[in-house]
Amino acid sequence: MHIPDGYLGPATSGIMYAVMLPIWAVASRIVKKTLKSKQVPFLAISAAFSFVIMMFNVPIPAGTTGHATGAVLAAILVGPWAACIAVTVALVVQALLFGDGGITAIGANCFNMAFVEVFVGYYLYKLISGSSLIISKRRVIAAGIAGYIALNIAALSTAIMFGIQPLLHRGPQGESLYCPYGLNVAIPMMLGEHLLVFGWVEAVVTALVIKYLQKQDPALLGAQEEMAV
Amino acid sequence: MRTTTKLWIGLGILILLSPLGLLLPEHFKAGDAWGEWGADTFKELIGYIPQGLEKLSSLWSAPIPDYAFKGQVEKGLPSLSFAYIISAIIGVTITVLIVLFIGRKLTRKK
Repeated sequence: MHIPDGYLGPATSGIMYAVMLPIWAVASRIVKKTLKSKQVPFLAISAAFSFVIMMFNVPIPAGTTGHATGAVLAAILVGPWAACIAVTVALVVQALLFGDGGITAIGANCFNMAFVEVFVGYYLYKLISGSSLIISKRRVIAAGIAGYIALNIAALSTAIMFGIQPLLHRGPQGESLYCPYGLNVAIPMMLGEHLLVFGWVEAVVTALVIKYLQKQDPALLGAQEEMAV
Repeated sequence: MRTTTKLWIGLGILILLSPLGLLLPEHFKAGDAWGEWGADTFKELIGYIPQGLEKLSSLWSAPIPDYAFKGQVEKGLPSLSFAYIISAIIGVTITVLIVLFIGRKLTRKK
């Protein structure tokens, strides 16, 4: 889901930076008001976990690869605004140091994984958990469903960015200048593989860590979730 | 042991296991992620390299491209796996330092 340089035309990359700048600004303003120093280690762990889990490429035999992002887990543990910052840092380090995701596409990639996925995941988790106890099974299932759906919405958003390029940019002979695949190819490909495989990986990873924390330290999980706004 | 300590240990284990993210796709003959091909791959896919894509794709040369050091792709999987772990250590360390720095700035007594 890391869009490389060159797949998006300047219009799309530029707009996504323009969309993310105010989101980052609001995130830092909100986090400045709400973040407790107790949450900072969790913020760092969430970002680090997101970074490393994205290195676990999962294969579709003889097909493509994909991975979980840890974005929904981060959102549950530190809240969506702080998670937005944590996942952004992971994505920027991946782009600058490892060429994973383009530098012109940092705005777009952060929009998909650090904004769309984080917020969809967070609110789905809250919605499904309702007022259930912090140690309830319902919360584990909520975490899994939130992970699955949020990753797929992020994949859809990525596919739309890919798919509109042929509509926006054409050479004199009608040839593609950037991503050559339209919505009719990008959406079924991206959504198909994420619905079938990678969404489940995100679901399992998110649910397992929440389950582990429920068992290991429910008081801490409860306190984290209470602070997570 | 404190929970955060355990989580850091878990993170360390994930770093050591990270080469699975390299070896499993290799074993199952899975290619690149959809939409993350190198510019040259487009010749096989659609017969030409989109002009804008070709120009922008070489815009940035990352110091550790694809979590591997230069000239290592030829040395085979064990060497690539080692580079993958080193990359994970470097990436996680830098990510953590940046987030701790931001976190400290944002939680400084108002």
